[in-house]
Amino acid sequence: MLRLEARAEPSRAMIYLSPVFALGLTLVAGVVLFEIMGVPAGDALYAFFIEPLSSLYGLTELGVKATPLILIGVALAIGFRANVWNIGAEGQLTLGAIFGGGVGLLLYDVDSKWVLPAMLLAAMLGGMLWAAIPAFLRTRFNTSEILVSLMLTYVATLLLSYLVHGPWRDPDGFNFPESRMFHDAASLPIIFPDSRLHIGFALALFVVVAAWFVISRTLIGFQIQVIGRAPRAGAYAGFSHKKLIWMTLLFAGAAAGLAGVIEVSGPIGQLLPSISPGYGFTAIIVAFVGRLHPVGVLLASLLMALSYLGGENAQISLNLPLAVTGVFQGLLLFMLLACDVLIRYRIRIGPIVSKIDAGNTA
Amino acid sequence: MNFDLYLPTLLTIITAATPLVFAAMGELVTEKSGVLNLGVEGMMLTGAVTGFAAVVVTDSAILGCLAAMAAGMLTALIFAFLVLGLQASQVATGLALTLFGIGLSALLGQDMVGIAYAGLPKLQLPIVSDLPVLGPLLFHHDALVYLSFVLPAAVAWFLYRTRAGLILRAVGDSHDAAHAIGYPVIAIRYMATLFGGAMSGLAGAYLSLSYSTMWVENMSAGRGWIALALVVFATWRPWRVMFGAYLFGGITILQLYAQAFGIAVPSQFMTMLPYLATIVVLVVISRDESRIRQNAPACIGKPFHPSA
Amino acid sequence: MGNRTLLKALCGTVAACLMSFIGVGMSHADEVTKVGFVYVGPVGDHGWTFRHDAGRKAVEAEFGDKVKTTYVESVNEGADAERVIRKLASSGHDLVFTTSFGFMNATAKVAKQFPKVKFEHATGYKRADNLSTYAARFYEGRAVIGNIAGHLTKTGIVGYVGSFPIPEVVRGINAFTIAMRKVNPNAVVKVVWVNSWYDPGTEGDAAKALIDQGADIIAQHTDSPAPLQVAEQRGVHGFGQASDMSAFAPKAQLTAIVDNWDSYYRDRTRAVMDGTWKSTDTWGGIASGMVEIAPYGDAVPDDVRADADAVAKAISTGELHPFQGPIVNQAGETVVPEGTTLSDEELLGMNWYVEGVQGELPK
Repeated sequence: MLRLEARAEPSRAMIYLSPVFALGLTLVAGVVLFEIMGVPAGDALYAFFIEPLSSLYGLTELGVKATPLILIGVALAIGFRANVWNIGAEGQLTLGAIFGGGVGLLLYDVDSKWVLPAMLLAAMLGGMLWAAIPAFLRTRFNTSEILVSLMLTYVATLLLSYLVHGPWRDPDGFNFPESRMFHDAASLPIIFPDSRLHIGFALALFVVVAAWFVISRTLIGFQIQVIGRAPRAGAYAGFSHKKLIWMTLLFAGAAAGLAGVIEVSGPIGQLLPSISPGYGFTAIIVAFVGRLHPVGVLLASLLMALSYLGGENAQISLNLPLAVTGVFQGLLLFMLLACDVLIRYRIRIGPIVSKIDAGNTA
Repeated sequence: MNFDLYLPTLLTIITAATPLVFAAMGELVTEKSGVLNLGVEGMMLTGAVTGFAAVVVTDSAILGCLAAMAAGMLTALIFAFLVLGLQASQVATGLALTLFGIGLSALLGQDMVGIAYAGLPKLQLPIVSDLPVLGPLLFHHDALVYLSFVLPAAVAWFLYRTRAGLILRAVGDSHDAAHAIGYPVIAIRYMATLFGGAMSGLAGAYLSLSYSTMWVENMSAGRGWIALALVVFATWRPWRVMFGAYLFGGITILQLYAQAFGIAVPSQFMTMLPYLATIVVLVVISRDESRIRQNAPACIGKPFHPSA
Repeated sequence: MGNRTLLKALCGTVAACLMSFIGVGMSHADEVTKVGFVYVGPVGDHGWTFRHDAGRKAVEAEFGDKVKTTYVESVNEGADAERVIRKLASSGHDLVFTTSFGFMNATAKVAKQFPKVKFEHATGYKRADNLSTYAARFYEGRAVIGNIAGHLTKTGIVGYVGSFPIPEVVRGINAFTIAMRKVNPNAVVKVVWVNSWYDPGTEGDAAKALIDQGADIIAQHTDSPAPLQVAEQRGVHGFGQASDMSAFAPKAQLTAIVDNWDSYYRDRTRAVMDGTWKSTDTWGGIASGMVEIAPYGDAVPDDVRADADAVAKAISTGELHPFQGPIVNQAGETVVPEGTTLSDEELLGMNWYVEGVQGELPK
């Protein structure tokens, strides 16, 4: 049986090597999976990992797909470091889309360079508003932010559904559930010609740098670390947990709201009943796979985005059903998460009962 | 609402709440041991498709339920190995398990789409089934519903009245102390996680064998997430889980009835009601911080290694 | 030590994979016509997407190795759609079907970028030289089942499980209600929205709510057989949706409206092969075979069958239009005078209820 032996200190080498092992193991598992499915494993792995990156357009799409994951993942990671369990980023994203998109529709006839900044600002406010509800209830009434933020996700989705089925319908759209298309003034500038890669990707990269700076170079970052690891010690040091709850939730709300408006004013170009295939939830995984570090989250987001693009490719070039993609993604994430054990532990093959446990009974 | 409507409405609420009771009760035991498994949705779906396939193949409802539980346990075992054996992040692994379970169930169920099944047999109990009002309300169900009635009592009894339950709670509250006393922390967490998997699998079986007797992809439609929320809602107490499941199921059903009455409110707002009500009730009952502290497992989500 | 072995194994795997990539390339022969499908749901939904996938299989069955079909399932209607459609267009597909309304703008955008590829978008209204639209007049089928419901309801209350209040669904409710009240002027329709296309549990619960409030016939515009199963358990009747669902409700199913895309997909593929494909707007009904009425259940007596058949026949010959005046709205105003019928454009954006539907349409 496998046995874990704690290292005296985290292995520097494994910090970088463990994802490599994970990818290696995923390849092996993938070979088995694809052979079972009767698909040549080489072709499948090519479709998943190489083909999406083999064209310039593919690379830009990777950026488009990863943008919301980066934005939300980085922000959530900061909250998770402080033990604030916001799992409702999907709802905050939706509110961002509603507020930002709403401003875009309100200023439909306005052709000014201020339309887009106003939308981005409104979206951040919308996301923050939605995140403020769990923050307020948690700090004032001690209500679990897990439940409140999750439940508000459903409420947000239904609210968007109501708006695009009702008051915000495109007046020339035969009452179909979609808003008008945004004009150029309300659309994100494209930063790479003939692609959909928009300025939101640059914003996301900026947020990565900013988050890294906050975590590692500011007092707030230090407070987050302390409170996250030892809440009592933080309290003795005079750090306010309530303040951190507010700050981390509001930051996540703003980032998720931004992600929402980036989706609607960027690649989508209008408000639709469904604007996100669960980015707010996927970002939670991304945050942890990225080990709650901004740069790690960036890399994890790109990998996750790649697996989505790869899944589409595998369906197109190999007729592999989406279900296989789900299983493969699950395996990939399992491996990534599992291999991180190597950073703090050595794996030994030996009897399951360690000397400490020996002789104990329940 | 006229009186004739109470009974059928309540019956509908019972069937809507039952899968939530199973999944949430299993997750409650898992969490009480200090493990947070967010993969309920994935385990439910795997259980649903496995249970359905087993019934189609063997034509035995009992085997179907057992197979669903076994499937739930197997998926929970993957999770347990990763988070307990390899110290992987519980939150992330649970979410990955959801992705995995949705895919796996779709893959397993490819040949199950379009097959019909009559549903679990309703069991009539002697005497009590013939009681007026209470008979039809409580005693005209299939075996899984009866099981969901007694499950909270069983779990409450186990957690608070047995030595094993005491140990499980000790492990969840302070794994270091429990380890120092000599309890096998990891083994206990494995068992609690497997129980959670079995119950999620059973919830899935209820979906595909009783609630809507068929297999279609993604048929749990987010109920695993609601079950997770209900454990928090219940502040980790078994009877409150039951209350939460009936509250949530009840408002979901009542808004459908209200719509059928022709209430002139956009249906999206009606559909929001159960989510909003859950928040409001939780705010009311969670104001007393000390009581939550008493019940919340202090070590939830934290990794444990004996040498740490 | 153990790490090094692992590393070696890893390098080996990567090398092996890279070797096999060399053989992979764009190797499709030119005489093969490639047809792509973009689905909004999983092929295993037993509803909307399931039926489109049946159409895809019909294309494969008809043309054998002269075609290659591809599908991408559960494509989110947001940002992902455009990438998927573009990927199909750029990977040698000659014809691409996008099978949900929410794909409209993405399809239109990609169609502009790939003028040589033919696109077909279901249930939308934007067209171009290389972009056709197609949809089925399911409301014709709704008129037939409405007729049956009018004959068979004893309580005079029919329950209708709706997904979202969009024109397509509203049109179906209205066609159903008009036909029902022609044979049973006092019957009414109660609608419950579940805000999902696809949630068997809640769909079933909605059916229960309707039955408990007196409905003895259930119609549905959601994808799963759950409402029909509830009808079976409760001993009332209902209609299948998208496919013949009699396996799920042998006694309860009176008939079903079957989506049949087979012949349309075959014809359009053939047109691409022949080089005769032109951008069109197809809205096929019973006559075209897109909308089929499944075999009647045992609960439908002969005289009702005859009447329903007569309605179906009259609609398919054009003798009868389901939205033929006089049509009265909920307020009692005659909105379509006798002798006129609603135009296709008016039908496309329909957002009001006819008399006989209870409740208000959410605006």
